[in-house]
Amino acid sequence: MRDQIDAPATLAKELNALLVRLGRGKLKDGSLVRLTAGAHQETWAFEAIGEAGAVPLILRRLSADAVPSEMTIDPETEAQLIRRAGQCGVPVAAVYHILAPEDDLGRGFLSERVAGESLARRILRDPAFAGIRPRLACQCGDIAARIHAMPTEGLPPLKIRFAAAHLDELYALYQSFGGGSPVFEVAFRWLREHLPKQATTPRLVHGDFRNGNLIVGPDGVRAVLDWELAHLGDPAEDLGWITVNSWRFGVIDQPVGGFGSVEQMLKGYRSASGEACDLATVRYWRTLGSLRWGLMCRSMAQPPRPGLPMAIERAMIGRRVSETELDLLDILAPEGLL
Amino acid sequence: MTQHPPATELLASVSHFLRDELLPSLSGALAFNLRVGINAIDLVRRELEQGAEAAARERSRLAALLRSDSGLDAMRSALCREIACGALTLEQPALREHLRATAMERMAIDQPSYSAYLAGMARRRLERK
Repeated sequence: MRDQIDAPATLAKELNALLVRLGRGKLKDGSLVRLTAGAHQETWAFEAIGEAGAVPLILRRLSADAVPSEMTIDPETEAQLIRRAGQCGVPVAAVYHILAPEDDLGRGFLSERVAGESLARRILRDPAFAGIRPRLACQCGDIAARIHAMPTEGLPPLKIRFAAAHLDELYALYQSFGGGSPVFEVAFRWLREHLPKQATTPRLVHGDFRNGNLIVGPDGVRAVLDWELAHLGDPAEDLGWITVNSWRFGVIDQPVGGFGSVEQMLKGYRSASGEACDLATVRYWRTLGSLRWGLMCRSMAQPPRPGLPMAIERAMIGRRVSETELDLLDILAPEGLL
Repeated sequence: MTQHPPATELLASVSHFLRDELLPSLSGALAFNLRVGINAIDLVRRELEQGAEAAARERSRLAALLRSDSGLDAMRSALCREIACGALTLEQPALREHLRATAMERMAIDQPSYSAYLAGMARRRLERK
């Protein structure tokens, strides 16, 4: 296990050695910074100085204290998927190198650093994006359609999860935490009683397609990030997940990411794929999504090893379970509109 | 003489110092983590202020729903079982009201700035008018 305290100095040394080996120049002094990111993976930004000048890059790798999860794919698989997605017309940050054991940098990959904004709140509030915001939902529909159209043969091995499999996995996870949420019980029961008709062919599902995992410029979505929850299953899952209230970042009346309507998204989806998805199906997957996010929050609130304190961000994510309970009630037992 | 200041006021002072005096001098990951830490202190303060009353209200609602009082944890588990087996459903207004009241009281402690909580509070204010 890597020592987190020593990481920046050791990391800079190893990273520089890797850049030299790859013929990408060398690490620019003082350019290595950790970006705040997920609790499972860490993301570092840096610049490589080569013949072409300074090139901004990203290192994404498993955290030293990453808790192994049934839900996530390994970073090598993630990198291969991103490459394939790029070949299929999905906007992604190009992968330059998949870390090998001899790189001594842990498990992960180097990729292009796409210019633009990934902080959801800024995408929703910065005047620089005022012009593009009304078009983002439609663009997200178009991009989702491209992801779902990717041929699944030739992809690295992925788990197949339709709704029923998700629910079984989530219920086992819920019970592993001792259960005890009446709202989650209601949600599990409703979701099991209203299972969507299962498509015969499993399709590639991004699994975490939402505001916060997009790089947006004034011209629109430039890259879809964070493919670690990818799996095969029902493509409608991605269309519901992006409408989960947690991903509206306060703009509750714009269901798609806080920037647009479901109708706009489905229009973009239909024109790119020729496939229709109805509002009830999106609502089903929003419900499953809120429940899933609630259990992801609970899962993250675990100490790296028993007896050690949790990192503060992780600990606080545990208290976001209640937001998903309220969101589930707003879907399944809404208060009358006044 | 009672101990003064109470724990909630101590936490308010710490939170105020961290937010107004320390935070502006930090940047990057340290500032981010400090902000999360301040939020945690504020959450603990709200829990100290509201937690006991919220639990008492939850308990009395549960006792009414289940028609006997076996303690908060036991009643929560019992409610989960009743829902899982279909004995209690969202068709029943008493269950809806209990779940919503509990969720709102929890959010008042965990995250009172959350959009769905603010929307719920706005509906309550309208209803009262």
